[in-house]
Amino acid sequence: MELALAGVTKQFPGVLANDDVNLTVSEGEIVALLGENGAGKTTLMNILYGLYRPTSGTVSIDGKPVEFHSPGDAIKAGIGMVHQHFMLVPVFTVAENVILGDEPAKRFGVIDRARAAKTVTEISRRYNLDVDPEAIIEDLPVGIQQRVEIIKVLEREARFVVFDEPTSVLTPTEVEGFFEIVNSLKADGKGIVFISHKLGEALEIADRIVIMRRGKTVAEVLPGEVDEAGLAELMVGRPVDLVVDKAEADPKDVVLTVDHLMVLDDRNRQVVNGVSFEVRSGEIVGIAGVQGNGQTELVEALTGLRTPIGGTVLLNGQDMTIATPRAMHKANVAHVPEDRQKSGLVLPFTVTENIVLNSYYERPLSRGVRMDWDAAHDQAVRLVDEYDVRTPGVDVLVSNLSGGNQQKVIVAREFDRDVALVIASQPTRGIDVGSIEYIHSRIVEERDLGAAVLIVSSELDEVMALSDRILVMYDGEIAGEFDGSATATEIGLAMLGSGDEVEAS
Amino acid sequence: MNDDQPHLEENGQVEPPPAAGPHSTLSRIVGIGSSLRQALVVPALAVVTALLVGAVIIALTDLDTLPLWGTDPGEAFRLTMSGTGTAYKALFVGSVGSSRAISETLFAATPLILAGLAVAVGFQAGLFNIGVNGQMHIGGMAALWVGFSLTLPAFIHIPLAIAAAIMAGAIWAGIAGILKARTGAHEVITTIMLNFVALFLVDYLLKTSVFQAAGRNDPISEKVNVTAQFPTLVGDYRVNIGFFFSLLAVAFVWWLMYRSTIGFEFRAVGFNPSGGRYAGMNVAWVYLGVMAVSGALAGIAGTNPILGLEPYRGTSGFAGTIGFDAIALALLGRSHPVGVLFAGLLFGALRAGGREMQGVAGVPIDLVLVLQALIIVMIAAPRLVRAIYRIKTPDQDASTTISTGWGG
Repeated sequence: MELALAGVTKQFPGVLANDDVNLTVSEGEIVALLGENGAGKTTLMNILYGLYRPTSGTVSIDGKPVEFHSPGDAIKAGIGMVHQHFMLVPVFTVAENVILGDEPAKRFGVIDRARAAKTVTEISRRYNLDVDPEAIIEDLPVGIQQRVEIIKVLEREARFVVFDEPTSVLTPTEVEGFFEIVNSLKADGKGIVFISHKLGEALEIADRIVIMRRGKTVAEVLPGEVDEAGLAELMVGRPVDLVVDKAEADPKDVVLTVDHLMVLDDRNRQVVNGVSFEVRSGEIVGIAGVQGNGQTELVEALTGLRTPIGGTVLLNGQDMTIATPRAMHKANVAHVPEDRQKSGLVLPFTVTENIVLNSYYERPLSRGVRMDWDAAHDQAVRLVDEYDVRTPGVDVLVSNLSGGNQQKVIVAREFDRDVALVIASQPTRGIDVGSIEYIHSRIVEERDLGAAVLIVSSELDEVMALSDRILVMYDGEIAGEFDGSATATEIGLAMLGSGDEVEAS
Repeated sequence: MNDDQPHLEENGQVEPPPAAGPHSTLSRIVGIGSSLRQALVVPALAVVTALLVGAVIIALTDLDTLPLWGTDPGEAFRLTMSGTGTAYKALFVGSVGSSRAISETLFAATPLILAGLAVAVGFQAGLFNIGVNGQMHIGGMAALWVGFSLTLPAFIHIPLAIAAAIMAGAIWAGIAGILKARTGAHEVITTIMLNFVALFLVDYLLKTSVFQAAGRNDPISEKVNVTAQFPTLVGDYRVNIGFFFSLLAVAFVWWLMYRSTIGFEFRAVGFNPSGGRYAGMNVAWVYLGVMAVSGALAGIAGTNPILGLEPYRGTSGFAGTIGFDAIALALLGRSHPVGVLFAGLLFGALRAGGREMQGVAGVPIDLVLVLQALIIVMIAAPRLVRAIYRIKTPDQDASTTISTGWGG
């Protein structure tokens, strides 16, 4: 059994999304498809799943060419896809979701729920998935929801399973569980395509790694043959610095003092339970932790977006506990928000408008209520150049830029001042390697210019690469403090809440 | 990880345009953020299509000709064509066929433009102000009171009456703004309800001794003093300085939305309230400000049926349904002040011409409402228009994407 794409080309108006792509997957094999955002991975998978028709080239199964006009055709041919964003009905049960679109019926069209539940239980047992068929989807953690998607695919008897960025929504422990599942699928003879941009994961799980760049398959390697740096170079097309290049920190005065801070989330649950720490000028403090341990609310409290219910926040000795976002901006706090599209940018605005989004009220951008768009334009042109934002112009809508360039627009806007404190949340989430490299170097530069820097990231690698000091947040508390020499294992244990308090430095 | 957006490749090459992209359904329908050409094509074709469908309706409602289709289709076709022709000719002549017709068009367009601007400002800031009708009535009552209870030189009296209308409209709409800012109450609900409150308040006030005309028992007010009546622009034509005010309002709204920090905040919050908040804007104040500006414009619109129309008195429901037509008009004008101006002129022409059509061709003026409604249906369903005229949509292929966007 073999699934093969040969010479697949997909031409969109003005863009060659796939250019003579070749890819094969055999039964019982895991192939990682690696590439940056915009490399054409998703387009290729949409062709494979019958959502797009290739401009030229063929898809064949066991040497026989097949043509898919819809996902239905692809499913019938034995191809299953687990999307990055799950296609589940939140208020339905697991069993209901699994049979959705393919409901087993009794007489008079009555859905055979018992059979559906039995199917789910069987598949769940066979692959050790541990999913309760009667559970309601919205009550399940993301990792289990993903398993439901996998069951859905297996229920339709897929022989080839495509995973689109499956680990981007999972916690480190869930990733491990996921890999076990993938391996059991492999053992059962399924062919797996694993789409990712995470190098380490590809090396860990794949039997073969295919690398795409600018719509082409540029290389095919075996995990034993390369290391992460080699893969990164193949992906980006030039040598990439995976290690952040920075000098020893030289911490000076305390800039940010957080003392016994307590914060509620939107549902009025206390998610930050008396957190205390300091950040000094000239140092980068990283907060590691599995997403959802109070980091989001902590950052919102520090940037004036959420009012704490207790504790204090001092900025250069001044009480900023209940400051507004504008007051924080005026106090030279740069904030790179967690979700650039939801909060960091106004997507239907131009690059210029986004560059002045939080300083439009100041001179020279405006006088009184009169905007000076010439000044704004000049500022945008200067910053786009200074921060290497790749855009055809400053009047282009920011929604047309890639994730990396959108993030650079935010960084340019926030850093273009005499910054006292940088608060950056997930600063490089979902962006390309080149932009990650660039943004990391800019953050280090701010530190060297004397800013205090607080980084919050759920990517442990990023926290470890950037930080001079690492705090681990678990269940709303600081569960550990480490210096730059701590190992990933030590920090990882603290992230799970089981680590002993390690006092270093 | 993918972004839901199309990307520029690292070399700056543009990847295919977005599917639904970042726009909400509302902003897509009201057309905010679309390019000029895109903004013009669909409305223009919508109008043309509406006229064509309107012709079919005229034919179908011509009860004398209808039976002829069975016996003599040729003759029936001829009669239908000439009937529709007569109707549309009358519509044309009645709206732009003479200087008086043009005056009537501009006269009818005046409150439509102002009320359309009121709705458009709301749309731009992500608020759906359905309460323009009520705000017009409240604004009109304020102007009315200033108009009949004071006697001042015209150059003071008229601005004062308008100022009163602005204040009253802004305060009335501000109620919905405060409710939204303080409690999160949805403006669609509150403004709709405030319409009823306004209408009945007007009825009540018109029967109080403050407003009611001496010696009358029905709800009708004193007559506005001549110093507060809008002078006409040309002789005895009905078009008056109110039209001039509406042009000023167009210019002002354009400046406000695109050249002031206030408009920048309005638009930023309109597109992305969360983004606005992160950028330090006070979202609650913005909502309040938007409603106040919208209500102020509605208030000015409400002066027209009082200060600019015989008999210069307040009556029950004096502003009619202009406040609701304004919603349609703002949609047609893609919420851009200049678009609203042209949409207002078109709707004004339909009203002015519709009367002539009824008189000459015997086609009920209600057809104008049908035409307006058809235009709005097409605007709200741009894909329908694109399908009819086989315009290649920019998002043909991408619209079928289930997985997340391009590349990656």
